[in-house]
Amino acid sequence: MKRSALRLAPYPVLVADTHGVVRFLNDTASALLPHARPGADVTRAVPGWLASAHQNLSAVPVGSPTGPGSAEPEPSVSPAVRGEIGERSFEAHPTCEVTGEVVWWLVDDTDHLLAREALRMERERTAFLGDASNALLSSLNLARCTAMTARLAAGHLADAALVIEPPVGRGLVMVSCTRDGEPVRRQVGVGPDLVPGLPEALQGFPPVPARWIDPAAAPAWIVPEGFGTVGSIVVTPLPGHGVSAGALVLLRGAGQAPFTENEEVFARLFAARAGAALSAARLYEEQSSITETLMRELLPPVLHDVSGVEFAGAYRPAADSERVGGDFYDVHPAPADSEGQESLVILGDVCGKGLEAAVLTGKIRNTLHALLPMADDHQRVLSLLNGALLNSHHTRFATLVLASAVRHAGSVRLRLTSAGHPAPLIVRGDGQVEEVGTHGTLVGALPEAPAVTVEATLAPGESCVLFSDGITEARGGPLGDDQYGDDRLRSALSECAGMPAAAVVEHIQMLASQWVRGGRHDDMAVVAITAPRNNHLSAVGGRGPGRFTA
Amino acid sequence: MSATPTHSAPTHPTPFGEAELRGTTEKLWEAVSRGDEYAAYGVVLGAQGAGADDESLLLDVIGTVQRKVGEEWAANRMSVATEHMATAVNDRVIAALAARHAPAAAKDLPEHDTGQDRPGRITVACVDGEWHALPARLLAEVLRLRGWHVDYLGAQVPTPHLIGHVRRTGPDVVALSSSLATRLPAAHAAITACRSVGVPVLVGGAAFGDDGRYAGLLGADAWAPDGRAAAELLAGSPLKPPLTGHQSVDDLPHLVDQEYTMVRRDSGRLVKAALAGLEDRFPAMRSYTGLQRQHTAEDLGHILDFLAAALYMDCEQIFTRFLIWTAGILTVRGVPAASLTPTLDVLGTELKEFPRAGRLINHAREALNDSTLPTPRSGSGVLR
Repeated sequence: MKRSALRLAPYPVLVADTHGVVRFLNDTASALLPHARPGADVTRAVPGWLASAHQNLSAVPVGSPTGPGSAEPEPSVSPAVRGEIGERSFEAHPTCEVTGEVVWWLVDDTDHLLAREALRMERERTAFLGDASNALLSSLNLARCTAMTARLAAGHLADAALVIEPPVGRGLVMVSCTRDGEPVRRQVGVGPDLVPGLPEALQGFPPVPARWIDPAAAPAWIVPEGFGTVGSIVVTPLPGHGVSAGALVLLRGAGQAPFTENEEVFARLFAARAGAALSAARLYEEQSSITETLMRELLPPVLHDVSGVEFAGAYRPAADSERVGGDFYDVHPAPADSEGQESLVILGDVCGKGLEAAVLTGKIRNTLHALLPMADDHQRVLSLLNGALLNSHHTRFATLVLASAVRHAGSVRLRLTSAGHPAPLIVRGDGQVEEVGTHGTLVGALPEAPAVTVEATLAPGESCVLFSDGITEARGGPLGDDQYGDDRLRSALSECAGMPAAAVVEHIQMLASQWVRGGRHDDMAVVAITAPRNNHLSAVGGRGPGRFTA
Repeated sequence: MSATPTHSAPTHPTPFGEAELRGTTEKLWEAVSRGDEYAAYGVVLGAQGAGADDESLLLDVIGTVQRKVGEEWAANRMSVATEHMATAVNDRVIAALAARHAPAAAKDLPEHDTGQDRPGRITVACVDGEWHALPARLLAEVLRLRGWHVDYLGAQVPTPHLIGHVRRTGPDVVALSSSLATRLPAAHAAITACRSVGVPVLVGGAAFGDDGRYAGLLGADAWAPDGRAAAELLAGSPLKPPLTGHQSVDDLPHLVDQEYTMVRRDSGRLVKAALAGLEDRFPAMRSYTGLQRQHTAEDLGHILDFLAAALYMDCEQIFTRFLIWTAGILTVRGVPAASLTPTLDVLGTELKEFPRAGRLINHAREALNDSTLPTPRSGSGVLR
């Protein structure tokens, strides 16, 4: 190539021959390589990486025919090499002339590399922020979310991280985590004042920037156990939704570079996400603990055996996301020391579903609890309840069954009263299912609530089953739209002779749930009152139902 | 998590040897199959008094008896109601056994449990629609014995409840139990939900296959073949909280064809169509009583449930095994199992637009034709 063309090339150009001698360089190259001049040795003229690239290239015989078809040797291009000249980075592209000389074209790619590096870092950070958001938002559990914040910060922003919770009372609670370590929860009995910038960071408002603190001035508790010497510390607030979600302390070891301004900005982006997640988790925790407290009174009770009578109950609310609804049951056990006293069982159904209905069930259950001393007269209990409901601001009404049960010489005596509710069914020892002939008016709708009380006796192994219409009116089945209905319930119960109360309840509940096949259904409640099978007689043997008769 | 005992050498040698455990198991089976709760207490508490360790009683005695209950039911030798009675008795025996530990457990569990010196906190639950709670209950009790802080949620836990509980209590791991393949879609929902809140999931139970092959497909972090294996697995290195950002649609890419969704949604219509089609092809059906007709409808419903499950998992075995088992049960019930082939023909016609369903049906039809009627095995079914 003509030297004149090379002289005017917009890039530094250097020509060297097979003996490693510089033959030519243009002005730009001279400015870049002060030791290079024509006639100089390549090893002295250019940095080592370029000199050895040249030597490697010259060792290969050049100018040889490049292909069988070409008679004349032609110039060829070899792969570029990269290295630094001074403080900048260059790509050196060699062109091999037929004479054996190599023309080195030097391209400054410093800015390109810097841009690539910046892009890589930016991508990494964006990916990290995305992952961090996913991880932080996935957990509404405060402890887990705090641990996650510490773990992410320690893994990506620093060598160790400390999440300090907003102070409640005296002392500070924090979760610390070292890189690749497990988050550890700690508590110190001091206030935040000893750490410069921490009180402001924990205040939440006005917003404060991240703050550097002198590792020498930091209290010992800020350094996680086994961390070693601290090089630098930054305190960043964790901004919640209008309140402080705590503070994030980032630590780097003595050997590490301190935080750059860029890294600090990035830490703030992370802190914003972590703060929002922590704030949401705290709010959820507060709300769910309130719900839990209020709900406790509304949840159906766990039933136990009382004075030789088995009780079992099961409840399934209409919506899977709810735990309470318009059906309710209770067993008020007879006092432990009173022989021959009745336990009172209640199962009822408030018109409506969900929480609103559940609140009314709570009122009815409380009212009935207060009326317990009158439980020997079911009609009186129902009349008083009816009056109480009519006088309340609720416009809802309810149906219910009252059952008083007491063990008497091996069997169980029952008094049953239905107030507009499906009549209880009794499963006899031979599998016959009888409907109890009690009937009456629902409560909370009319001035009077007359009802008929019926007495019944359960022999050992026999059960009386109270249920809500959510069972019999459950729609589904293999065809998709059939009602479960009384007949199916009766035929299912006929197989329950001699079964413990818990098994009867589970059996019915399962069949009804399977019937709806995951579709929509009303609240479903079942309670079984069972006279236990007499173990002495069953040990004697015999398979028929007769063996259980006392 | 099916509490299948390993019949190999016991991991915890006790003065109460294998022979004694076998004897106790037989006596408990006697009592449980009679529904005799008091005798059952006597057997188990007596063995405990004689030196049997509690874990063996739970897993090797009660677990074995419960497995036998399942087998008897699957082989149609026990009604669903009797199975419930037997299970209820077993359940109360576990409660009685657990009650003996209650004081110690309460002492271990102070008001503010720091959890530092315990193995961890675990939620044990059955997936939605799963009623066989006993294997999960046994695991819960075994883990309690081993010092875990256990929250046992019982049978058929709707996924929203499970997640609410997990959010409130923040367990280290969730153990999910399911015995029927038809619950696999529900199991998938529960596994996905737990993992999306950053909690790893251990699964167990017959639904996940003898070798746990469905556990991995559904994204579970671990699978255990029985209660003891589950406890050992949990005692090992802790399960890592899952990486979030996982999309559950990636687990089962074949669902994109919507065949599962359609079959599930049209189940009622398909049963009706199959009933009508069967009357044409199988004249004996015209003389069926109302009850027989109802049973047939229910059987068809179960067949469609398993077809849907097989479509969900894209696995022929789920559907074919169920049909072969059904054929066995029908024979025991005195119904000609030959009616299954026309049933499949009718369903095949109804689902001719669905290539995957068609393949499943063909596979099952061929297997039915090839099989000399099988001895019913494994609790893979739902029929009476």
